[in-house]
Amino acid sequence: MAIRERLSGNEAVAHAIKQINPDVMPAFPITPSTEIPQFVSTFISNGEIDTEFIPVESEHSAMSAAIGAEAAGCRTLTATSSCGMALMWEELYVAASNRLPLALALVNRALSGPININCDHSDSMGARDTGWLQIYAENNQEAYDNFVQAYRISEHKDVRLPIMICQDGFITSHAVENITLIEDDLVKKFVGEYTPEQYLLNPEMPMAVGPYATSPYYMETKMAQNTAMKNAKQVILDVAKEFEEMTGRHYGFFEEYRLDDADYAIVMIGSAAGTTKEAIDELRNEGKKVGLLKIRVFRPFPGEEIAKALAHTKAVAILDRSEGFRAGGGPLSAEVKEHLYDIQATTKAVSYIYGLGGRDYTVESARGVFAQLEDMIENGAEIPQYQYIGLRQ
Amino acid sequence: MKDTIEIRWHGRGGQGAKTAALLLADVAFKTGKYVQGFPEYGPERMGAPITAYNRISSEPIRVHSNIYEPQYVVVVDESLIEPVHVTAGLAEDGAIIINTPKTPDEVRPLLKGYKGRVYTLDAKEISMKTLGKNFPNSPMLAAIVAVSGIMEEGPFLEDMRQSYQHKFAKKPEVIEGNMEALKLAFREVMK
Repeated sequence: MAIRERLSGNEAVAHAIKQINPDVMPAFPITPSTEIPQFVSTFISNGEIDTEFIPVESEHSAMSAAIGAEAAGCRTLTATSSCGMALMWEELYVAASNRLPLALALVNRALSGPININCDHSDSMGARDTGWLQIYAENNQEAYDNFVQAYRISEHKDVRLPIMICQDGFITSHAVENITLIEDDLVKKFVGEYTPEQYLLNPEMPMAVGPYATSPYYMETKMAQNTAMKNAKQVILDVAKEFEEMTGRHYGFFEEYRLDDADYAIVMIGSAAGTTKEAIDELRNEGKKVGLLKIRVFRPFPGEEIAKALAHTKAVAILDRSEGFRAGGGPLSAEVKEHLYDIQATTKAVSYIYGLGGRDYTVESARGVFAQLEDMIENGAEIPQYQYIGLRQ
Repeated sequence: MKDTIEIRWHGRGGQGAKTAALLLADVAFKTGKYVQGFPEYGPERMGAPITAYNRISSEPIRVHSNIYEPQYVVVVDESLIEPVHVTAGLAEDGAIIINTPKTPDEVRPLLKGYKGRVYTLDAKEISMKTLGKNFPNSPMLAAIVAVSGIMEEGPFLEDMRQSYQHKFAKKPEVIEGNMEALKLAFREVMK
């Protein structure tokens, strides 16, 4: 029997952590992810779990300690946001290139400046090329479900890469909503015990972690990481299938909402996808053929699958919640367009930026985007191919 | 979203408007509804104006934007009435509830022409009488439940007693005072 509850996104992820009972959690607080280590340390002090919590003096140290613990053979995680992740920058690469499958509960928040505590994806999008797996959530339920699936993906022998489970700061992290929880024993059984093949504290098989690689060897390690990223695609689908058998909740690389027969589509990531679904239902009632492709997995990037799912549409709007500062759009738009080009799709693709620093995205915002796409195709209207939504006039 | 009740809370950082919104979500959740309760933060500091929101529906809630056309507005701090446009977008067939010792007729002229129902409640007085301290959020929570009719008084008080027993497990001495505050506010606001 599933458990009907109401939790914030941070509470939901903390609950998943409690059910998994990882070995080590080093953490340093930063809004809006602070509650996650707070909840976890409460569980520990109440004797509910026996995770080793390491209070550290910075995020640089948090990720460094996480790397050390994971290399030693412990199932490890940390949590952070925004500038906290920026301070982990070097270590993000170290974790990925040393093939350490630790988890990061990332609560997305804008990067400075101006300093801002609210949601956008500039932190994780900046880290998109660090070699971490990245999975995003629309709401508390997905954040929870993704975290339950995280270690099964990252620790898989064909993958062994660190994983970032992302959710939108405040919008989902601090919003209390209904959620369906899985029983403790089922989660424990699903996630299983961590039994690394190789680890530092194994006297039977001494090893070095993080040594220098000369030019004749460095490139092969990068190729190996990339192969692991490719392998992750099948593992993500396999884990999702098993998760669906347990819960009835379906997950893939992305969610298609009323996309099958859509002429116009929005592609986006995160909590604003729900708002877009509401607009789509309204517009469908008015006879407009509109749909959504909501990205769940951004690393590895399921580009070919996305392009195929969009190829039948007349036009798509690709909405980024972070700037790329290439004077032409954000990272999601660049990658989706690349793959549309690869399959020689005739779909027109327009790049939009929305929601930076917590700027609200409403049902009206989504309707406005669909209206522009339709105007462009039906009336030949010239619309800017790269634009900001809801900008102050 | 037709069946969704949308509520906007105005308060100042540290007064518990966010907590009240989360408690309201809790109460509505127990009636079997789908709920949302979430804050909107400006600068993180005590005393700064903050807004919190609730959506309550019989259907799953997907929208994750702020609320611009609420059915109800709750003002936890009356000093916000003038600097903040508290009735912005408020439905004419909805209502506003304000924490103030004044009567509805006295505050209506400050509400920028709002024509809907206006309720006032002296939450500070109730709180001082029942708790000996100014915690306006419990009385204001009871007021919005009474005005919106989300729940009947009996089941509401029973649910809140359970919530307080959980929340104040380490200081049970404040439970009765809070329960008294809820009861007084529930009846007072409808007078």
